[in-house]
Amino acid sequence: MKYIDEFRNAAVAVKISKLIQIEANGLKPVSFMEVCGTHTMAVERFGIRKTLPDNVRLISGPGCPVCVTPKSYIDKAIAMSNIEDIIVFSFGDMLKVPGTGSSLLKQRSKGKARIVYSPLDAALFAEKNQDKKIIFLGIGFETTVPTVASVVKYAKKKKLKNFFIYSGHKIMPPAMELLAKDKEVNIKGFLCPAHVSAIIGMEPYRVICKKYNMPCVVSGFEPLDILQSILMLVRQVKSKKAKVENQYSRVVKASGNIMALRLIREVFSINDSDWRGIGVIKNSGLVLSKEYGDFDVEKNMNLPDVKTSADKGCICGSVLKGVKMPPECRLFYKKCTPENPQGACMISSEGACAAYYKYSSGGK
Amino acid sequence: MCLAIPMKILKITLDRAIVSSGGVQRTIGVNFLKNPKVGDYVIVHAGFAIEKLDTVKAEETLKILEELQ
Amino acid sequence: MKTITLSHGSGGKLMQDLIKDLFLKNLGNPFLNKLGDAALLNLRTKKLAYTTDSFVVKPLFFPGGDIGKLSICGTVNDLAVSGATPRYLSCGIIVEDGFSYAMLEKITISIRDTCKSAGVNIVTGDFKVVEKGAIDGIFINTSGVGEILDNSEISVSRMTPGDKVIISGTIGEHAASILLAREDLKFKTGIKSDCSPLNKFVSYIICGDIKFMRDPTRGGLATTLNEISFASGYDIAIEESDIPVKKSVKTLCEILGFDPLYMANEGKLIAIVSKDAAANVLAKMKKHALGKSAEIIGEVKKEKDKKVYLKTQSGGLRTLDIITGEQLPRIC
Repeated sequence: MKYIDEFRNAAVAVKISKLIQIEANGLKPVSFMEVCGTHTMAVERFGIRKTLPDNVRLISGPGCPVCVTPKSYIDKAIAMSNIEDIIVFSFGDMLKVPGTGSSLLKQRSKGKARIVYSPLDAALFAEKNQDKKIIFLGIGFETTVPTVASVVKYAKKKKLKNFFIYSGHKIMPPAMELLAKDKEVNIKGFLCPAHVSAIIGMEPYRVICKKYNMPCVVSGFEPLDILQSILMLVRQVKSKKAKVENQYSRVVKASGNIMALRLIREVFSINDSDWRGIGVIKNSGLVLSKEYGDFDVEKNMNLPDVKTSADKGCICGSVLKGVKMPPECRLFYKKCTPENPQGACMISSEGACAAYYKYSSGGK
Repeated sequence: MCLAIPMKILKITLDRAIVSSGGVQRTIGVNFLKNPKVGDYVIVHAGFAIEKLDTVKAEETLKILEELQ
Repeated sequence: MKTITLSHGSGGKLMQDLIKDLFLKNLGNPFLNKLGDAALLNLRTKKLAYTTDSFVVKPLFFPGGDIGKLSICGTVNDLAVSGATPRYLSCGIIVEDGFSYAMLEKITISIRDTCKSAGVNIVTGDFKVVEKGAIDGIFINTSGVGEILDNSEISVSRMTPGDKVIISGTIGEHAASILLAREDLKFKTGIKSDCSPLNKFVSYIICGDIKFMRDPTRGGLATTLNEISFASGYDIAIEESDIPVKKSVKTLCEILGFDPLYMANEGKLIAIVSKDAAANVLAKMKKHALGKSAEIIGEVKKEKDKKVYLKTQSGGLRTLDIITGEQLPRIC
């Protein structure tokens, strides 16, 4: 695969790993955090952790949009899908997340929930099936938001009356800032998310870098990208000079994607948002703006009342913040498994606990 | 949170494009891409091109990686 | 539109006509034609293999196959990888009241064609109709008996450290084909299910150096290797860059966040082969249409943790666990 395989070259990967070993030699143990589910998966999939020296630790932060979606959101989505003429459309990631007593996967087998690869396909379905109300679950960070924004604009252009968004979108920088200032988290640098950065550019990280003296490297997803980014972070720590660097320059521009940002600002407004396992983070969520209120399900429907059970006993918050590793949770692997997830981190396959479980064979 | 791969633009019609990679083709949106052209490699996420891939920078990065000491 | 009704399953004239005009017409042979309560068989050897499988796949038709073809290949292949020549199959069909006659006919013809291709006969069958909603469309069960080949020495206890792991061809196509047919993901890929009967391929390659075989169906290569590791007690290590995957399948997996190692195959087998004979077995496989893309992908290790390890494309190491749940397209 062009522009993918070249960045998975084993010989070069081994070389960079050796360089990390050399550069990190003598360094006090240091932890870097990645905040992107795709990074979490890539690290585990390519077995990168095992190639890092003992004094360089890579922690998975709250980068999985599914994992940080509140349980009540899922319960409401399931409840809505039970209404007669409603079909809920979603990205596949959301379907396995258990709500209180059910899941969208169960609704899918009843024909009340469907998977799409693109949010546009949900709008196209709505256009062709005017007798149904289509609710699209808007989950995802800034990479996904402009795609949903584009679809909302399409829906407005086509004057669709039966298409709605249930927004659970969140933005990354406020969560990163929360983690940067949390003394318990104790990370010495961020691996910044590749495609979120393609949209938002590098400026949001400059603010965090300056305020908290936090090294930041925008990193691609391939093994060579991740390894090079870790090398760059180690070098920054050694130089004691924190800056924002762009390892993924083949895609990410410093200014981001201006057209995408304009789209987001037009179709969405910022609000406070509840992150499962962490709590409410100010100005970290997105809702449809007034101009597009007709497509906001929360403004056009009375969302059903749901009774959401609490996540008991899990230390997801600490795992999400990288303060604890999955095996340190007493539920991990015993009561909480990928087939029977109890909390945010096990829920999606790229949640910290799920990825750890899968690739480290049950954490043993 | 951004599963996306580089795909090549084969054809553009207004704000939609046919892209291809490794024998897989799809029609996607290019409405928030500046001046997309046939032959461009674009990063495709959820049925939309989120950014162009700068092939020159890609080759440069690869060269730097290979030459790392 | 002609449909199957409850009356077609009630044992009366409608059912007799259906059996004659549809099943015997397409699947008839001296055994089945007798319509006895049981088929009376003669087998050449006392060493037999016997298996059963049920098929509930949705959608019913997909590029490269359908539930009918699958129901024959599934059972034939389980017998084949056990070192047996499949001889006689049973076929039980349950349909929902209102099921399309034309669709049932199409499926039956597919069963016929696949039996012909595999050189097997359905010697006994059963047909039932249930109320609408009791099942989803159609379910098929097949079972099969086969005669263990003279030169087959398949036994998991023969596996030893150093044995090589061979996959007979590219992986992931069946699951990819089903996924694309089931969900409207709007990709053009040309991917077809690899659904094929493997028995003739197995009789071509079988020899004493092949110690064990399994077909990596549900759960894919990774899950099946775990089953082999567990049964043998030995760890297995494989190399990602040696595993054959079609370009289109690889690309689709990257786009959707799927792992080809966990995707079902219906026309492939894993063979555990003694170290010294592996190259020859591989060469022989490659001479057959069903083994052209065969590769040696790893080996049996002396460690006994019952783990499967993958050396990744980029030189890292990861453990391959069994699959947990269905893979779904991801954005993240």
